[in-house]
Amino acid sequence: MSDTLLISTRKGLFTVSRKAGQWEITGADFLGDNVSITLIDRRDGRHYAALDHGHFGVKLHRSTATGWEEIAAPTYPPKPDGYEEYDMWSRPLNWSTARIWALEAGGPDEPGVIWSGTLPGGLFRSTDRGQSWEMIRALWDHPKRKQWMGGGADLPGLHSICVDPRNSRRVWIAVSTGGIWFTEDAGASWAQRGEGMRAEHVPPELTHDPIAQDVHCLAQCRAAPYRMWVQHHNGIFVSSDEGKTFSEINGVEPSTFGFPVVVHPREPDTAWFVPEIKDEKRIPPDGKLIVTRTRDGGKSFDILTKGLPQSHAYDVVYRHALALDEAGDRLAFGSTTGGLWVSEDQGDSWACVTHTLPPIYSARFA
Amino acid sequence: MARIVFTANIQRHVACPEAEAAGRTVREVLENVFAENPQARGYVLDDQAALRKHMAIFVDGQIVRDRARLTDAVSETSRIYVIQALSGG
Repeated sequence: MSDTLLISTRKGLFTVSRKAGQWEITGADFLGDNVSITLIDRRDGRHYAALDHGHFGVKLHRSTATGWEEIAAPTYPPKPDGYEEYDMWSRPLNWSTARIWALEAGGPDEPGVIWSGTLPGGLFRSTDRGQSWEMIRALWDHPKRKQWMGGGADLPGLHSICVDPRNSRRVWIAVSTGGIWFTEDAGASWAQRGEGMRAEHVPPELTHDPIAQDVHCLAQCRAAPYRMWVQHHNGIFVSSDEGKTFSEINGVEPSTFGFPVVVHPREPDTAWFVPEIKDEKRIPPDGKLIVTRTRDGGKSFDILTKGLPQSHAYDVVYRHALALDEAGDRLAFGSTTGGLWVSEDQGDSWACVTHTLPPIYSARFA
Repeated sequence: MARIVFTANIQRHVACPEAEAAGRTVREVLENVFAENPQARGYVLDDQAALRKHMAIFVDGQIVRDRARLTDAVSETSRIYVIQALSGG
């Protein structure tokens, strides 16, 4: 079980550690800076932190024996002379990293490989622990990529990357908005996945189009990779065929709207969510912060409240801000209002670590 | 040679001391500075080598207008300020 968490926030990166049975903040790095996401690479123990300096752009740092060092950030290739493309607002689309929104390690058979997803939609791969990055052109140049749209942000964002634990060349990514995409040749070619998802907010002829789907978060069961869970703008969807087709989970109380989902590493039917009322009211239902959990593939859900505020709580939990440890027992989530909770019993009970952090973007167990 | 001054706020990320550099345009001067200090490049210019969205450059008190190509003229005695626009704060 993991005793360490990295918490990325609007104003710094915080290390949270378990000491004598209690979780406490034990470190603060990049104080004052916007940390959009982190990666803990379990293959070599290195940590990666993506920063957004606003004026000065997006940067990437990697841990050293004594601290951090700046390494290369994913950089878009030069736009061809005379070429122009426009975003959904009819503004010229700048081929430039606007945010690092996903960082994932490659497989155990490819040490040093790191994947990164960005706004405005570029996917990058490093083979040297982030010293250099290559844009995955086959995805960026796919003619349908231009149909991706903003979701939450103005620009399309690539937020989820799932590397097949059986074969590192097989990778699924998800885009808000642009649905799910799959490669089985390490990025050389891509195909859309995600039949069966449903978007309520688009014209009816697009409702079931896989590219119109606003996937908020995509999670894959490590021991049973056929099982994928999606927290979607429209609800919760589950796949039992590697994301080819999805079924909608209906009738979940109090809501199926939310951003994050995590799935147990060995139990494909067990997944956790943090619901909000709905897209037009992004706050916990009735001011009660809850986590929902299914243990039977979505047939039923437990509403988990013990230790969570049940009155006037308006915490929103972003898509990367719910974490599950490698053992599948410890959970943590952080909120936009700076609350951080940890559970050591799969969500049955929660302890508040703090409620005074800056807005939390991401939580990761070491 | 033109004299170039960088915002104080960039200094905690990457040292950008006041410098003198040759060049007839803002682009030429900047490229000469970045040749000596390559890490600074990405803090001022975006992936397409345009001026970052919330940065601004003044040459002799005039704001640079060609943010993409940085063709604004620079003289031997120009003072160039690379600063943050308040819009990004």
